[in-house]
Amino acid sequence: MLIKNPEIKSPRNMYGDTLVELGAKNPNIVVLDADLSCSTQTARFQKAYPDRFFNMGIAEQDMMTTAAGLAYEGKIVFASTFAMFATARCLDQIRNTICYSKLNVKIVATHGGITVGEDGASHQALEDVSYMRSIPDMRVIIPGDCSEVHQVIQYAANTPGPMYIRIPRTNIKDVFDSEKYKFNPGAGVKIMDGKDITIVTNGETLNEVIEAAKKLKEVGIEADVLHYPVVKPFQHIVLKQSAQKTNKVVVVENHSIIGGLGSAVCETLAQYYPTKVYRIGTKDTFGQSGEQRQLMEFYGLTDKKIYEKIIEFMDVK
Amino acid sequence: MKEFAREVRKDIIKMIHNAKSGHPGGAFSCVDILSVLYKKILFVPVDWDKSLDFKNRDRFILSKGHASTALYGVLANLGYFSKDFLNGFRVLGSKLQGHPSSRVNLAGIEVSTGSLGQGLSIGVGMALAMRLDGVKSKVYVLMGDGEMQEGSVWEALMNANAKKLNNLVVIIDKNHLQIDGTTDEVKTLEPLEDKLKAFGFETYSIDGHDYSQIEEALQNAKNSNNLVAIIANTIKGKGVSFMENNPGWHGKAPKDDELKQALEELNVN
Repeated sequence: MLIKNPEIKSPRNMYGDTLVELGAKNPNIVVLDADLSCSTQTARFQKAYPDRFFNMGIAEQDMMTTAAGLAYEGKIVFASTFAMFATARCLDQIRNTICYSKLNVKIVATHGGITVGEDGASHQALEDVSYMRSIPDMRVIIPGDCSEVHQVIQYAANTPGPMYIRIPRTNIKDVFDSEKYKFNPGAGVKIMDGKDITIVTNGETLNEVIEAAKKLKEVGIEADVLHYPVVKPFQHIVLKQSAQKTNKVVVVENHSIIGGLGSAVCETLAQYYPTKVYRIGTKDTFGQSGEQRQLMEFYGLTDKKIYEKIIEFMDVK
Repeated sequence: MKEFAREVRKDIIKMIHNAKSGHPGGAFSCVDILSVLYKKILFVPVDWDKSLDFKNRDRFILSKGHASTALYGVLANLGYFSKDFLNGFRVLGSKLQGHPSSRVNLAGIEVSTGSLGQGLSIGVGMALAMRLDGVKSKVYVLMGDGEMQEGSVWEALMNANAKKLNNLVVIIDKNHLQIDGTTDEVKTLEPLEDKLKAFGFETYSIDGHDYSQIEEALQNAKNSNNLVAIIANTIKGKGVSFMENNPGWHGKAPKDDELKQALEELNVN
């Protein structure tokens, strides 16, 4: 399932290319963007199918409600902009119009998380998963590499109802062998097998966690690494079984520790198997300008920082 | 038409009295417009999605969702669903939600509204889809004047023009009142007609309680090849003397004696 010779690729390019591929097969697919099509890569769809692409200008509220109107008419609508502007800016439109009416709108947000980089706090969405997760009927998916982005976008096009898909700005190292890995919305994905600690993650921190787990192994700590691209609806079984084995859980995410994957894990374990959980993410704080890797380091999201935190956590009784 | 609108007004006041809550003022201001729309202008099959012509229906969006009773009353009196349903307004488990809901599958209800300022963008999205699909009918959006204070309404107006739509009709129920007072006191919209013209709309300004003026403007809108906005000047609470032009009746149910008086007035006028 895991790839032998990983390459580093752009998940945004993969998103744009997948839209083009889907657009060829399905004339019902339409795409909206709010003046960021060159960044989100929806411009690739525009180039291929100009009639089915609508640039909404810098007007995210209007974009989401217009997306709703198109979906009411039976279109499969992909609406994209940066995660910061795709969520908080138009939360009421997403809740009251898209989700309340269970409309077939796929919000694919790029530039999720701290790794937006130099643009700083105003562009770093650290709460978007929390907002989206709280709305009834909204599904939330954060793919871990490009091959998964490809499959998740296909899944979105073929699955009715509202969905929030979060993609990072950064290029990502391949994790999965696209020939062998099949995205399954119904379960968490076991990446590595271990008995000492469970590490749950998704999105661009998946690579960091895998590297951290390798380092842990060198000092004799075997981590059970779980990838949870589907944050909602959260499927508890794989997590519960892992927690029953390790009795210690760490969650790593490029998001606030409030309301995201960490919260989903805590809520799930509180119900099914109460376990001590340590959450690694941004801690109730805004981001700031900086180079991507520096920011990951500063907010504790690199493999090295994750490794150090887990070593500390291993001693907590 | 007058008789029909009178029946709907009576149903509205009874629904709101029965539910002990609701929004009579803004429902009464748009009843006459809705009556003409549904009886003279719109093609909306009464057997709704069972109709073979369903795809070709005109789309109607009540952006000012709090006037739900007016739409429910019109639809029930035209047979889209049983008048018995009206007793369920605002009742647990009913299809007649406080604000219209497309989630509950009620014949005649196109979209969910309630959070103001969103109906027009939905309408633009539908109009874009209909153009793609070659559907020749039009989208009609009824808005309140107060909700035009929502910024996204102007985003939608701008977009309708930018996308060169010619299958969208905006009707503004301009009753001049909102919860905290007159629209001019709270946050004036003027000069509204000039603004709409500047946004690329062909405009009509009419008396929103004069059936012939309403019909003429809507007929023009239907035949037009442009974006059309109709400013219908109306009276909030129209038809019941103590409710007319009184912002206090925006969201309040009549007591028993008030219901009695209202029904007496409606029967006479």
